[in-house]
Amino acid sequence: MFGTTLILALRSISRHKLRSFLTTLGIIIGVAAVVTMVTLGNATTAAVQKSISSLGTNILQVRPGQGFGRGGGGPRPPDFKPQDAVAIRDQIAGVTAVAAQAGASATAIYEGANWSTTVNGTTNEYFQVQPWPLVDGRYFSPIEEAAGKSVCIIGNTVNDNLYRGGSPLGTRMRIGGISCDVIGLLSKRGQAGFGGDQDDVVIMPLKTVQRRFTGSTDLKLMLVGVDQSYSSAAVQASIENLLRERRNINGGKDDDFNIFDTAQISATLTQSTTLLTGIVTTVAAISLIVGGIGIMNIMLVSVTERTREIGIRLAIGAVANEVLMQFLVEAIALSMLGGVIGLIVAQLAVLGLSGVMKVDYLFVPQINIIAFGISALIGVVFGYFPARRAASLNPIDALRHE
Amino acid sequence: MAGRAVASSAPAAIERGARIAPGAALPIISLRGVTKTYGEGATAFLALKGIDLDITQGDFVAVMGASGSGKSTTMNILGCLDVPSAGTFQFKGVHVETLDRDQRALLRRKYLGFVFQGFNLLARTSALENVELPLLYRGDAKKARRAAAMAALDKVGLAEWWDHTPAELSGGQQQRVAIARAIVTSPAVLLADEPTGNLDSERSVEIMQLLAGLNRDSGITVIMVTHEPDMAAFARTIVHFKDGLVERVDTQHSPGQVPAID
Repeated sequence: MFGTTLILALRSISRHKLRSFLTTLGIIIGVAAVVTMVTLGNATTAAVQKSISSLGTNILQVRPGQGFGRGGGGPRPPDFKPQDAVAIRDQIAGVTAVAAQAGASATAIYEGANWSTTVNGTTNEYFQVQPWPLVDGRYFSPIEEAAGKSVCIIGNTVNDNLYRGGSPLGTRMRIGGISCDVIGLLSKRGQAGFGGDQDDVVIMPLKTVQRRFTGSTDLKLMLVGVDQSYSSAAVQASIENLLRERRNINGGKDDDFNIFDTAQISATLTQSTTLLTGIVTTVAAISLIVGGIGIMNIMLVSVTERTREIGIRLAIGAVANEVLMQFLVEAIALSMLGGVIGLIVAQLAVLGLSGVMKVDYLFVPQINIIAFGISALIGVVFGYFPARRAASLNPIDALRHE
Repeated sequence: MAGRAVASSAPAAIERGARIAPGAALPIISLRGVTKTYGEGATAFLALKGIDLDITQGDFVAVMGASGSGKSTTMNILGCLDVPSAGTFQFKGVHVETLDRDQRALLRRKYLGFVFQGFNLLARTSALENVELPLLYRGDAKKARRAAAMAALDKVGLAEWWDHTPAELSGGQQQRVAIARAIVTSPAVLLADEPTGNLDSERSVEIMQLLAGLNRDSGITVIMVTHEPDMAAFARTIVHFKDGLVERVDTQHSPGQVPAID
């Protein structure tokens, strides 16, 4: 019996192509909107997470000062001392490595090409805290670190602008008035989460930068790697206590430094993206319901318009259930058809928009299945009432209907 | 209208309620004391006032009478589309008045074929698909459906027109498709409600010849409502209705001849 009703429903749909298309338009738009929004939302979240995880996961960034937007007046809080880094590494459980950093801006010059960039002085622990593979060359040797040798590892952007395709390894470039040997080339990392090119950097041993660029042993930043099995919040609290002690901050006084948990930033950003996606999806879902009401409307009109046809079917010997099923299946088939078209439209829209929004195209099977299921459900819910009306018609009156 | 002449050979008026052709096969249809009331209370309208009628298998019956005489109501009951308010209606021995809506639908599906004055074909649907429709409800396989529908179209002489939609067919052709649809399930009874009402006289005669041929060759019982004595002349039995009662039943021994008009 189901095969029969399906044939009847499909025949009826194909007989009224324009009307069928207009009926499904609501569903098409609804499904396409929901799927596009959720897919793009997911892609954006994934992009945010990716750029944040490129900063490294389970990393605490420790900086002097009270963090973003706070601590306006008063004297500038002091930078960290090298001993602070050592203390954190030695005294706090769950710390895998501490990469102390000092930086400066400088112009790099090689064979007439020059490029304004950032010099980042740090130790090999930096590459341990946030893994950053080399395309070529090597990291620092212990001797180079201890002696503050003039060697550098360059980022992709610096390489592109100074060497233009040539190999930088083994060359000697000038940076901020000193010469240094290029010993390594970093792999490409791309944009940071808040913009800014992570590859526009020259990394040198901490001691070299302190001696030749900043002129002091002060540290502007410490990256603390946290062991996976430890709670980063607990480690963060321990570091805070230790630094308060070392910097003589007593009682109710505020910290004059701040600790950022990158995992937390990631979570916050993901949360806001998810919220935004949710709001837009809700709006799109409303259009699905409106589409369902459209189907009900057309099916009711269709029942009235086809009263005679229903009469013929009943006279020929269709039982009430068969007529009900015919109209129900017709409604479901229509809405499922709309669902399929909507899914196709959504994939095309996502393909187009992901290029514009510079996020990766990401196929999310669940949302496609769910949206399709909902479109079928709409057919059932909004098709039932008109179908029941058709099935309850009196054959004699239906046959007489003009 | 009641005073018309019937075939001169043997206009045997039979008493109301008496068996037609005594000694013949058991009646396929048997109405006893059938009444039908529409509405309730003061506005109630008694459409049938107590009908007794037997129809033998293989008969060709014409039902005549003025509008409001009860013939349409009777046809609805015979077609199992409606049930009597009182009285009994036996179809092949089954008490139809005790059946529910769906049981009557199944009975129609199996034993009855319908032909209407307005053809009532599905629009934008090919002749073949229209004829197939009753077979779809019987759940026949596609191949069997096609074959049976083509055979039925062939019987009405429209095999070549199978892929035409009603809009592409003349009135007479549409009625032929409707007849093919009615006979495709090989029903026991064909109910025709003024089948020639919308056709010119030439087409009408063709349709009547087709029905008479089906009745003669396939043994299908034909019950037909008509206003036209010319068409009724094709029938073997003519039932006259008047004011909700069967006025008289005539039997013609040489049907198919155009009766003389006074």
